[in-house]
Amino acid sequence: MIEKTIEELRKDLDSKKITSSELVKESIELAYKYQNDYNSFVTICDDAAINEESKGALSGIPCAIKDNMSTKGILTTASSNILKNYVPFFDATVVEKLKKAGAVNIGKTVLDELAMGGTGTTGHTGPTRNPWDKERLIGGSSCGSAAAVALGIVPFSIGSDTGDSIRKPAAYGGIVGYKPTYGLVSRFGLFPFACSLDHVGCFTRSVKDAAIVMDGIKGNDKRDMTSLPDTNVNFENEITNDIKGKKLFYIKEIADRKTYEDDYDEELEQIITNFEKVIEDYKKLGATVEPISFDMKVLDAIYPAYLTISCAEATSNNSNLTGIIFGPRGEGESIEKIMFDARTKGFSELIKRRFVTGSYILQKENQERCFLNAQRVRRIVVDKMTQLYKTYDGMIGPAAGSIAPKFKSENVDKLSKRNLILENYLAIGNFGGFPSITLPCGFVNKMPIGLNITGAVRKDLEVLNIAYALESIYPYKGQIAKEVK
Amino acid sequence: MEYDVTIGLEVHCEVKTNTKMFSPSLNAYEELANNNITEIDLAFPGVLPIVNYEAVKKSVKMALALNCKVPSKMYFDRKNYYYPDLPKGFQITQMHDPVGTDGYVNVFVGDDVKKIDIHDIHLEEDTASLDHYDTYSLIDYNRAGIPLLETVTEPCMHSADEALAFLDALRKIFIYCDISEARTDRGQMRCDVNISLAPKGSSVLGTKVEMKNINSFANVKAAIEYEIKRQTEALNNGERIIQETRRYDDVDNKTYRMREKVEGVDYKYFIEPNIPPYRLEKEFVEEIKSTIPMLQFERINKYMSEYDISKYDATVIVKDKSVAEYFEKCIELGINPKTCANWVTSIILAHLNKTESPIESLYLTPKMLKDLVKMVEDGKISSKQAKQVFYKVVEENKDPLTIIDELGIKQTSDDSAIRDIVKGILDNNAKLIEEYKGGRSNVLDFFVGQVMKATRGQANPTMTSTIIKEEIEKR
Repeated sequence: MIEKTIEELRKDLDSKKITSSELVKESIELAYKYQNDYNSFVTICDDAAINEESKGALSGIPCAIKDNMSTKGILTTASSNILKNYVPFFDATVVEKLKKAGAVNIGKTVLDELAMGGTGTTGHTGPTRNPWDKERLIGGSSCGSAAAVALGIVPFSIGSDTGDSIRKPAAYGGIVGYKPTYGLVSRFGLFPFACSLDHVGCFTRSVKDAAIVMDGIKGNDKRDMTSLPDTNVNFENEITNDIKGKKLFYIKEIADRKTYEDDYDEELEQIITNFEKVIEDYKKLGATVEPISFDMKVLDAIYPAYLTISCAEATSNNSNLTGIIFGPRGEGESIEKIMFDARTKGFSELIKRRFVTGSYILQKENQERCFLNAQRVRRIVVDKMTQLYKTYDGMIGPAAGSIAPKFKSENVDKLSKRNLILENYLAIGNFGGFPSITLPCGFVNKMPIGLNITGAVRKDLEVLNIAYALESIYPYKGQIAKEVK
Repeated sequence: MEYDVTIGLEVHCEVKTNTKMFSPSLNAYEELANNNITEIDLAFPGVLPIVNYEAVKKSVKMALALNCKVPSKMYFDRKNYYYPDLPKGFQITQMHDPVGTDGYVNVFVGDDVKKIDIHDIHLEEDTASLDHYDTYSLIDYNRAGIPLLETVTEPCMHSADEALAFLDALRKIFIYCDISEARTDRGQMRCDVNISLAPKGSSVLGTKVEMKNINSFANVKAAIEYEIKRQTEALNNGERIIQETRRYDDVDNKTYRMREKVEGVDYKYFIEPNIPPYRLEKEFVEEIKSTIPMLQFERINKYMSEYDISKYDATVIVKDKSVAEYFEKCIELGINPKTCANWVTSIILAHLNKTESPIESLYLTPKMLKDLVKMVEDGKISSKQAKQVFYKVVEENKDPLTIIDELGIKQTSDDSAIRDIVKGILDNNAKLIEEYKGGRSNVLDFFVGQVMKATRGQANPTMTSTIIKEEIEKR
């Protein structure tokens, strides 16, 4: 039962074909069943509060929540040793909203430590594996949330996305990953990585489900000053697959095989071929699709700018983790030494490297060269996109430059155009706070690949429609990883 | 050798608001430690700042009162450093675009007027308070997140007196504008002093020494004086002054080195991403401007030039804005300014000080004071009696006219009634009249006394004296 979409489960619940407690029980059983092999969860909530009363679309539906969202009374670790025993006493707004909507949280999912990372391998409880192939990673940082949905444990999960932390794992997992406009969903209670880039979003197995989840968690929040004013839009009711006359574009250089001459292989050829098919399919759906050329220098600068800004903000954002007020207390003769010790023991090497980088970037003598230049790149990219959105309804492109990599992959650190641009250009959506969705669009070497659609600020419905239209002519809606099927 | 002293001040003052700068916790003086705290003040993971607009308004008001330029947008910055009194590991403050820049304030230094240039004023949050003991420290987070305004002057003062005059004026502005209670005894106002000495007439400033967190004006004065002495002696001995931070110890009145400043600490400032820039609309700023009352300096000048009141009296009256407003109300009602100043400075303020009560609680309204003063002017009661009436008024909470009636002290200014009594007394004292005419002038006092006795003190003494003289002349 639980492998159905929210939309289908709603009908079953409303017609009393199934009860919420049955669904929750099934979810929890599956969570345990797959935990050893895939490691989706930090915490599985055996005592999840059952909700049989129907309060709306999400009522009674089990879900999973990334372990960097504050959950009152439930361990929230951010997959880091420095928070390994931290039990919050307040709920994140998104958690509060899910509770209000009647959704049932069955567990907290693994992430890359403090949401910093894209592999899903750095959490303090170990790596999360790809449900389509255990030898492969699912991507991060929202690895557990992606795996839980791809495994069919829950019909939806909550994730966070700072660079592509929802949209990339969604692609690797063959599911839908949605990051709405910045401010549409409150960040209160989300453990910050880089607050100017952080978004709360969701994983689902259908575009319409993403619309349903978004209806449940969006809304102005007085506790988040960057939260947007409320509008009357109801995504579930208003979503349509009629996109006739819509104008789409893609970045010419990204779809151009020549860009990747130094790192080209059969897999990438298939990804690009698939993308060309998507373009044709969109044309069949009545949309126009045009290539738009970007300055290569700007494309090259996106990833470094992203790293620079995110590391800088991260080092400041995580300065509260000192073990003084909460978290494991360090040892030492002075207060400074106690904090030093707590942080030395609490973070992995990778995190420390990011903090040192961030600290370097923010130093007075480096700010102009590093931090402010990165902000300028961000501004150039956002201005260009905003300009394009005056003409176009959305940008489409492959969600990743490869299928989910194997755990011991060699090309991770290679500074090829493929890694630099294709693997990381989704950060454009975070730079501008643009709504951005990834949905499955095919298979390469038996592994799912995804298409990304990114639209203008506050045009979430537009982006959902563009995704919904493609989904309706593709056979991937509701798919669950074949390995577990 | 003689030296030019240059002083700059950085003054922190807590802003009076209901809640803290970025959280809904109460902003209240609290005996009990860690009572006014939420997850936001303690920086638990996932919390976000929410700007207190009352504090923003008050900061704009203070910036305007200090004649500063106010930016069109309000930004905040992060100042990053690790210390247990700073739960987030950064302080939200303003560095790039403070709420006020390039201002000034005029202050009296003795009888001279001195213009103090303000570099900037910025809004930020206070840290927790720490108490260090031998083997442990206690942290009270009640203070963490309380809105704080930091006023930074240019290095434009040259003596402890100037610095004190500025601090006093600044404190009064905070109080006058209802921005802060500015109580140093509660640590609401704290001061960093930067001081340098250079050979007299030198065009470059000497090496700057900083003294941190001095918590009373008296200590600021003592610290500056000590430092001038210390540096003068050092320079005279051919020593070099080191750029450093010193701590003032109010037990032995000396300053001690805390740390040498090789390079300034790098706080890695950057714009706070969780607070969107807030537009300070022109109308908003104008509206705030209109709420700024006439300040102390301007009031003193007005009293001196328009009311011809001494600087001393004017200074005493404007010390408390409510007193100044009371005074101005009285003038508005037509009381002679000088008479009024006497009443306020000597009788009323003495009474308020004695009873430790504010003027708002004084039963005697400006209108009542006017009635009372008029009784004296009309010769119906004496000044001395007026004073008695005042004390009865504030004691019994009754109108002065009622008190006068009850006391039966209204003086008789009825010419014929007094004249009849005078005639009777003179008739019985022919011998004394002769002595008076012969030059014994104190006889007049005896006659006045007799009339007073006969009228039980209700005769107007001046009038009585005149009538007696007239009647004696007739004989």
